[in-house]
Amino acid sequence: MLATRVIPCLDVKDGRVVKGVGFQRLRDAGDPVELAAYYDAEGADELVFLDVSASHERRDILLDVVKRTAEVLFIPFMVGGGIRSIHDIREILYHGADKVAINTAAVEEPFLIREAAEMFGSQCIVASIDVKRVYVEDERLAPGKVVLDTPSGKCWWDVYIYGGREAVGIDAVQWAEMAAALGAGEIVASSLDFDGAQQGYDTIYLREVSKRVAVPLIASSGAGNPQHILEAITVGKADAVLAASIFHYGTYTIHQVKEYLATHGVPVRLE
Amino acid sequence: MPDIVVIDYGMGNLRSVQRGIDAAGSPTRIITEKDGLRGADAIILPGVGAFRDAIANLAPFKQGICDAAESGVPLLGICLGLQLLFTRSTEGGSYPGLDILSGTIQPFPKGRKIPQIGWNTLTIVDAGNLLIRGVPDGSYVYFVHSYYAQVEREKEVVAMTRYGIDFPSIVSRRNIFATQFHPEKSGKTGLRILKNFVDIVKR
Repeated sequence: MLATRVIPCLDVKDGRVVKGVGFQRLRDAGDPVELAAYYDAEGADELVFLDVSASHERRDILLDVVKRTAEVLFIPFMVGGGIRSIHDIREILYHGADKVAINTAAVEEPFLIREAAEMFGSQCIVASIDVKRVYVEDERLAPGKVVLDTPSGKCWWDVYIYGGREAVGIDAVQWAEMAAALGAGEIVASSLDFDGAQQGYDTIYLREVSKRVAVPLIASSGAGNPQHILEAITVGKADAVLAASIFHYGTYTIHQVKEYLATHGVPVRLE
Repeated sequence: MPDIVVIDYGMGNLRSVQRGIDAAGSPTRIITEKDGLRGADAIILPGVGAFRDAIANLAPFKQGICDAAESGVPLLGICLGLQLLFTRSTEGGSYPGLDILSGTIQPFPKGRKIPQIGWNTLTIVDAGNLLIRGVPDGSYVYFVHSYYAQVEREKEVVAMTRYGIDFPSIVSRRNIFATQFHPEKSGKTGLRILKNFVDIVKR
């Protein structure tokens, strides 16, 4: 039976991990390579590096980190953040990543997804989508958008780019469908409303995306405890869950989360 | 040390396969031309992407791979490399494969997320096969694929996996071995399988 994947995400800035320095067992918790090996040993099903470097000029540092990390990992490895072109994708893959997550560039130039998927295969092209809820009184006020009921009222989901700084005005559910149709092999769904709050994932949004998109959905943003992760899977229908803080600050280990999921009937890889 | 070659025919990054074999205790030689097959003690055929492009790129190596397979050189196909060993694929039309193993590459039936991406379990049907020595039934391995092999000879199936349907995840005949999953991305289980392959080569 296919296991639901539990995936830690590391924010990497100028070659250092900027979140998740709470580990006392590690000699240098800011070292992405050491942390990656730690998570691999801990039972992570995959690992994500999100490059949050302010400037694109630091690319060589990221590539070096990707290369050194890939050398120690024997699980799938995804890299995202600041990927603008086929050239960037090729560089990241060449340095040992198995998948690249494309966000802003895919929104600005959707055919980048198709071109990349044709060149490298859908299996390594992931569409990463940041969203924020836009509440409306009535669906007629949001023509062409997917409007759903939430406990806070009716809303649709707007796509954001440039690290959540710029609203695009396009419907995220429909964008996810299009990204998959263009050749993205997976979707990472993150929420600006829910990210960092540790109050749970946006399961209403996740469920809609999962229902409509034929490729696997990786849920992101909002995990504060194992129950939130369970809900992203059972309510949000996610195929994989990504989390950062919950693991980095040692609140829960990956193994603890997986055991919790297993006791609630979710198939997970426990070894 | 055995001379294990990894065929680079432009279908994906081979470094992780090379690292996997390296961790399993043997160096590898990446080859980009058919002459590189000469004298090899074992051949690894990796690959990701579309069958049509792969078989076209692989054309120069075809005779060499088939001759080596026939003469008993251990051969390991990984993911698309497994699919290429079969008679034919229906991916994007109908394309002939290397026909070292008999069967057809078919798409997964609709009804589930495609591609299958993630860790799934092995149901071992031929526990005596050397490739899975020390690999317990039910072990998880990492898959990424939309097509699977419909084999003609059931006895060539070493392990099955369920994703809507039951499909062969490891196949083997004599010196020919192939995995639909990526052993180089499958943690300890995958490394064990690669080590078993290296041991087979060393025998």
